[in-house]
Amino acid sequence: MKRHAISTRIWHWLNLICVVVLFMSGLTISNGHRRLYWGDWGFAAGTEWLAVPRFPDWMTIPGHYSLAVARDWHTLMAWPFALGLLFGWAAMLANRHFKRDIATNRKEWRPAQIKRDIAAHLRLDFDHGAGKYNFLQKLAYGLVLGVFLPMMVFTGIAISPGMEPSFGWLVDLLGGRQSARSFHFLFAFALFGFFIVHVALVLLSKPLRQIRDMITGGTA
Amino acid sequence: MKRRNFLVAAGAAFVAGCNKVADSDFGQGMFDAAERWHKGAHRLLTSRDALAPEYPRSAVSPYFRGNGSVDPKNGDYPRHVTESFANWQLEVGGLVDNPLTLTLDNIRKLPQRTQITRHDCVEGWSAIGEWTGPQLSLLLDAARVQDQARFIIFRCADELGGSAYYESVDLEDAYHPQTIVAHRLNGDPLPIKNGAPLRMRIERQLGYKHAKYLTGIEAVASLDGIGDGKGGYWEDRADYQWYAGI
Repeated sequence: MKRHAISTRIWHWLNLICVVVLFMSGLTISNGHRRLYWGDWGFAAGTEWLAVPRFPDWMTIPGHYSLAVARDWHTLMAWPFALGLLFGWAAMLANRHFKRDIATNRKEWRPAQIKRDIAAHLRLDFDHGAGKYNFLQKLAYGLVLGVFLPMMVFTGIAISPGMEPSFGWLVDLLGGRQSARSFHFLFAFALFGFFIVHVALVLLSKPLRQIRDMITGGTA
Repeated sequence: MKRRNFLVAAGAAFVAGCNKVADSDFGQGMFDAAERWHKGAHRLLTSRDALAPEYPRSAVSPYFRGNGSVDPKNGDYPRHVTESFANWQLEVGGLVDNPLTLTLDNIRKLPQRTQITRHDCVEGWSAIGEWTGPQLSLLLDAARVQDQARFIIFRCADELGGSAYYESVDLEDAYHPQTIVAHRLNGDPLPIKNGAPLRMRIERQLGYKHAKYLTGIEAVASLDGIGDGKGGYWEDRADYQWYAGI
């Protein structure tokens, strides 16, 4: 059996491309109005909870300020991103990857066990024993797959005025349209944080083998 | 090459690649298709007459931000300001059997709809205001729109950068119950920055569709030959998406 299923590998790289384009075009969109608010409405300086810095052009797609082009990329890549996530979840449930490798059990949530796991991480000891992932990995993957990525889709739907007549309950649940926009931004940066840690840990643990296995599948 | 330099070069190459795709016919085709799918999905999930949320009076923003043209100085507009818009006229024409010329008084005497709605700018901000005016469907029915009409064009008095502002919607949004020709904001005549004396409210789309300083409403079969043919000022000028419900 392969270390990574074909569905996992396809989803992983497709999702990477989507998230990178969505994030970089999202930075351009953020530059369009650099204030975040809570509640339904917000437009005035002084009422924001966060004054967002202007992201430099080299971090953005298309590399200069064009709200129209950034929105074109953002609304295009939203499709493979959202449908890919749906596919990834379906595959992960069907082949039991989620239940076997990512779902945690009660024993793993014991404080002493979590402490041991953190200590091992700090020693850069990534030996998982019998399971595929250790607790912190399961937690990180579970949060990203179960919360951060889906919340990008839901908060994105909530800030689309054309969706609101049908999804008003979602906007209300998120605390209003400007709150939904703030959450969209926060979850994007939560994903960015995961991305940095994920890449750093791959680089610290046999990076070439890890990347090769995510392409070819590797051996279990 | 140092790893850092490699990463910066890889990032720049990635953005350059994206821009190559965006500038190609293939890329434009993909963008247009994605926009159509979003519109299709919205229309599939939302019934024709489903309403944008309406808010209680207490939710109204303390003032309503103006954007784009906020004080037009071109053409006859300044004269209309000094006349308090007493001689303003709205033409309803194009593919109609009964073209209309309406004064503000005519418009104020029609049955009115008042709605407290949220305005979402493409840039990201939102404001809530109470708008009053007749439904566009009333005017279109009175003008008797012909069967071959597919779009409604909104003509505006303001020029930005030397070109006249205009916008367009399809018939589904034109006949939507919340699509009104507003002449009041929060109970008062429209302020100049918000489009005095008349502006459109297209509540299920972003702010740039809500044409201000409205002078004409025109039924057409196609957007070709109007402006640069993309259906609106920002669509022509900056390639904004024609469907602004996303």
